[in-house]
Amino acid sequence: MRLTVDGRPIEIDAEPDMPLLWALRDLAGITGPKFGCGIAACGACTVLVDGQPVRACVMPVGAVEGAVTTIEGLAEGDALHPVQQAWLDEQVAQCGYCQAGQIMSAVALLAEIADPSDEEIDAAMGGNLCRCGTYPRIRAAIRRAARDGAGA
Amino acid sequence: MSRAGTITRRTLLVAAVAVAGGVAFGYYAYRKPYPNPLEAGLEAGEAAFNPYVTIGSDDTVTIIVPRAEMGQGVETTLAALVAEELDVALERVRIEHGPASPAYANIAMLKEGVPFPQFDESWLAELARDGIAVFGKFLGLQATGGSSSTVDAFVKMRRAGAAARETLKAAAGKTLNVAASSLQTADGRVTDPATGRSVSYGEVAQAAARLDPPAEPALKPREAWRLLGTALPRTDMRAKVTGAPIYGVDVALPDMLHATVRMNPHLGAPMRGMDAQAAEAMPGVVKVVPIAHRLGHGFAVVARSTWHAFRGADAVEADWAPATYPADDDGLWAAIEAAADESGFSLRDDGDVDVAFADAPRERLVEAEYRAPWLAHACMEPMNATARLADGRLEVWAPNQVPTLVQKLCAEAVGLPAEACTVHTTYLGGGFGRRLETDYAVYAALVAAETDGRPVKVTWTREEDTTHDAYRPAAYGRLRARLGDDGLPAAIDMKIASPSIMASMVPRIFPGVPLAGPDRSLVDGTFNQPYAVPDYRVEGVPVPLDLPVGYWRSVGYSYNAFFHECFLDEIAAAGGHDPVALRRRLMQPWPTAVNVVDTLAAMSGWQTPPGDGRARGIAFSACFGSWSGAVVEVAEGERGVRIERVWLAADVGTALDPRNIEAQLVSGAVFGLSAATGQEITFAEGRVAQSNFHDYDAMRIHQCPRFEVAVLETAPEMGGVGEIGTPPAIAALVNAVSALTGERLRRLPLSHAVTFA
Repeated sequence: MRLTVDGRPIEIDAEPDMPLLWALRDLAGITGPKFGCGIAACGACTVLVDGQPVRACVMPVGAVEGAVTTIEGLAEGDALHPVQQAWLDEQVAQCGYCQAGQIMSAVALLAEIADPSDEEIDAAMGGNLCRCGTYPRIRAAIRRAARDGAGA
Repeated sequence: MSRAGTITRRTLLVAAVAVAGGVAFGYYAYRKPYPNPLEAGLEAGEAAFNPYVTIGSDDTVTIIVPRAEMGQGVETTLAALVAEELDVALERVRIEHGPASPAYANIAMLKEGVPFPQFDESWLAELARDGIAVFGKFLGLQATGGSSSTVDAFVKMRRAGAAARETLKAAAGKTLNVAASSLQTADGRVTDPATGRSVSYGEVAQAAARLDPPAEPALKPREAWRLLGTALPRTDMRAKVTGAPIYGVDVALPDMLHATVRMNPHLGAPMRGMDAQAAEAMPGVVKVVPIAHRLGHGFAVVARSTWHAFRGADAVEADWAPATYPADDDGLWAAIEAAADESGFSLRDDGDVDVAFADAPRERLVEAEYRAPWLAHACMEPMNATARLADGRLEVWAPNQVPTLVQKLCAEAVGLPAEACTVHTTYLGGGFGRRLETDYAVYAALVAAETDGRPVKVTWTREEDTTHDAYRPAAYGRLRARLGDDGLPAAIDMKIASPSIMASMVPRIFPGVPLAGPDRSLVDGTFNQPYAVPDYRVEGVPVPLDLPVGYWRSVGYSYNAFFHECFLDEIAAAGGHDPVALRRRLMQPWPTAVNVVDTLAAMSGWQTPPGDGRARGIAFSACFGSWSGAVVEVAEGERGVRIERVWLAADVGTALDPRNIEAQLVSGAVFGLSAATGQEITFAEGRVAQSNFHDYDAMRIHQCPRFEVAVLETAPEMGGVGEIGTPPAIAALVNAVSALTGERLRRLPLSHAVTFA
């Protein structure tokens, strides 16, 4: 099975009903997307498929049509994506486990709405659970990224 | 009971600690340091100065931070302690967790466990702290818990940096042929200010490491700090925003297999048998392995991917034996409430409570029962570990809070001595106390014994994680107070019944070791609070239930602050006092506590009523060496109650990284608010009824209030920060919602009584 992940074509030996998350993590060695729940309830596995945020833990790999972008494909070399940079500047992460999914959801949000309101941030990010309670800094980082033109 | 009676009981316990610790082993042995665990693993050109510092001839400075980085920022703060004294830039050092070793024992964590309030500076309390420190040295328990890492490291890791700096200066002095005392250090170099000549640390590292370091090198005064006391960029941040493979679940080894476990959901009970035929025939499944260990009974499915293992596990038919504890909530709560009729232990018994209540008129009595549920930790990273058993050596990669215990228990499980086991501690995707347990690592070791030398990563499903926790114990409080003519409490009597965590955990770690003394955590947050009330008794009753319970962020404070601080609001209401005014009044002997309450009142505008459809609640808790309080403001909305604003104030004595402390306070509060609003583990048919985030959720971003935080530094001693936001946030929320609804709420989670938006 062929996929395009983070701009690279990859070949994996997966059954079509294998979730994209596990194909990425265990077969392709792309461990940036995290396993949290397996039922699309926490968002830790969020990746973009053709720019749309999807929960990779419930997306059968055989149903993937389009290019997959993971947290590992955001930066260009040493240059962080503006959303990652905002996360760094605001010192968002604590344990960090959910943050790959948070950042991917934020990237998708800002691509859709360049300057989201607090309500739009809350609505877009409600599916991403954080047990460390970094939400205030997530909001601040999204606002900062919006100011820096991440969605442009 | 009289004060004398209390003292006698405490003395007995202290004596027991002293015998177990110092006296039996001798003080000389206590003074002797453990060998440096870094000596064995040095690279070419690398010199080890002490268990915390190595320097390579290429100028690479490595700092060992032997505590679990589980989000609390400990890696950054502890590395800064060394870097501050060593005069190196934090962004240029390499930071490693290092090996499992008793050289990294956490003494401060045990000191917090002595049966005295943190503000008790009596000779008896100090004697107990010294005694437990000696004991802790011999126990050699390397652990991250009890909000103790920074307090424990504050002197010893600065000393490690300073001792290395002084020996580098001594070696440089020989090279440069000048007196070491005239040399200066900065940014990884030793310089002679008279001539401007300098050498790099790497150039003299080998010679310096051979010198005897000063035992107690002078530490920089606070005015000279460059790093400490400032907001440092976290050393783990870049890895965490780029998706780097830093967690236990990300471990990848050549030829590695994947696996998952399914253990008996009737916790602790055996597996009578299983039918694994269908599973073993499934594509991708390698084998099914039974697991029988005192920590759990069940099976593992080994496969080519984690998903294949999950699917295989679903196909195994297991015959689970029933558990020994009551099968449902009714039975469990009956056992807890029945225990409250028994007598327990007391760590506070001031005045004469029985006399105070004997003639109490009805209208001066306040009585209440409080209930807090079982809770799961629900770390974002499900339990997991990776192990390889080959050539008589066991290697374990585990996101864990107790490396020396992981080493011991994993080695034992596969019949090896502890020295034959190497533990690699990864970053933790959340800990909260769950990873003070070792089950995930032991199971991985047992599975690795069945894979012919191939490494195997064992990842639990979320469902397995939720249903096989060491739960925050349920707790029941039976509380009463007698008011004086002034409406102030003249007598308070509290009885707390809950399963003992020590009684549950010690047999898991040290089977056969007898338990000594009361489990203080059962009454933490009640007996040790800074309120002056003439007759004051707290009794704790351990409930004998054979159900695994464990340390959950803030432990006993998580339910006792709720009991204590909400009951205090009931006392305030009955006596006609404002909740803030009542607390200030009772706290007068402890100005640090008064200052926290005053700060909160000012921040939140307590004197200004919050307006229609809104209410505020306040709570305070002296915990983990710090003084912590919260005000929560709630509002009625169309879709339910909203938590709109939270003010947090904590006096931590010395704030090493104010921005990180603010993050920890907010984190602890969100953790508490998550639990108080809706979390609850219940039991049915002998098993946990919840399984995943759909029925055991936590606060989401749209539910998260605005926070304002004050970090104070007036307390004489440094306190912890990782857990202190949780207890007051829970209690302040309950007080706020009770004020909003006009109905006193005494049971958690609050979702039993109100709907949250």
